[in-house]
Amino acid sequence: MSKLKLATVWLDGCSGCHMSFLDMDERLLELAEFVDVVYSPIVDTKVFPDEVDIALVEGAVASVDDEIKIKKIRAHSKMVVAMGDCAVAGNVPSMRNPFGPEAILERAYIENATLQQQIPCVVVPKLLKVVRPIHEFVKVDVFLPGCPPSAETFHTALTALVTGGPLDISALTRFGA
Amino acid sequence: MSDAVEVKTLIIDEQEVSARRGQTILDVARENDINIPTLCHLEGLSDVGACRLCLVEIKGSNKLLPACVATVFEGMEVSTNTERLQKHRRMILEMLFAERNHICAVCVSNGHCELQTMGQEQGLTHIRLPYRNPSLNVDASHERFTVDHNRCILCTRCVRACAEIEGAHVWDVMGRGINSIVITDLHEEWGSSTCTRCGKCVQVCPTGALFDKSKVGTDHPKNPDFLPYLNLMREAQ
Repeated sequence: MSKLKLATVWLDGCSGCHMSFLDMDERLLELAEFVDVVYSPIVDTKVFPDEVDIALVEGAVASVDDEIKIKKIRAHSKMVVAMGDCAVAGNVPSMRNPFGPEAILERAYIENATLQQQIPCVVVPKLLKVVRPIHEFVKVDVFLPGCPPSAETFHTALTALVTGGPLDISALTRFGA
Repeated sequence: MSDAVEVKTLIIDEQEVSARRGQTILDVARENDINIPTLCHLEGLSDVGACRLCLVEIKGSNKLLPACVATVFEGMEVSTNTERLQKHRRMILEMLFAERNHICAVCVSNGHCELQTMGQEQGLTHIRLPYRNPSLNVDASHERFTVDHNRCILCTRCVRACAEIEGAHVWDVMGRGINSIVITDLHEEWGSSTCTRCGKCVQVCPTGALFDKSKVGTDHPKNPDFLPYLNLMREAQ
């Protein structure tokens, strides 16, 4: 049996979910029997591949760049997994929503800056008015809440996903777990 | 009340149970170890049927009844956990999560929040509704306590504990519908209100909406269990 192609993506999140994913430690070796990591912040591939079996998405959609990425991920993945509370619910990145992007940019780059007070407008992508979970943009197949989901949660859930076994998410994790 | 207690026989989830006249469905169910989920109900406080999580089906009726306020009748057949009810309960919880800013990961009640636990118990993995992200206040003017309206689900436990148990009635609800908020006195800051500083409201709050400034985090779960004991002791006097 050929291995499944696994991608992991980092949108507007803190990378904590990826850290927790790596916390599977030696169990990653077990998982590697079933999957090849074809795209991830921790591998060298620069472009999202055309055909991915499972895409783990960390982070909320907060910028125009995130929006382009999540649509591309969906178009090229058989299964999209919302990994962690930011992808599932917006979480900490969405705390700016009641204030709007202008207010936080002003706060970060003008009020609290001592040098070169200016709001970046080149290279960095434009922020969306509202930070939203990924399922508000694309269809999501599996939701894995938690901030971050524990290594145990990752291990149990991914084992179930790659082997096609039963998966009871609520027995594993919750919002804020 | 007369000494002759009138006994009613009814069926809850295909289990034959007996109850006293005037008992609520919730009361009888819990006496018989049948779990009906609740959020606004709290033993020791009056019931208001606000959260609708305890809705149950009654055979022969199209209407769903809140088990915390609906009383039993002879021959009643109650279902507490049908697919239809589960669907409604999940929707109610999703609306509660979407209505205000419930960011579990950074909430003072993360790990001991009744809304969070209830979401997990009812199998919620995401919220299908768009989040409203309202702009809401945090009032930290009180020397000991804080009210964070972002986390409030308007269960009114604080209002009832303050009025019924402490007898102060500092808390109340202002506004209508989605614009409702809990207030102290006539919408004055908590710190300059007529609050007696007893802290009962904090202990009965199911979420991180009311918290003790010196006791936050997972080491400090709330303890609303004092209510029934307090009532018992007062009745004995």
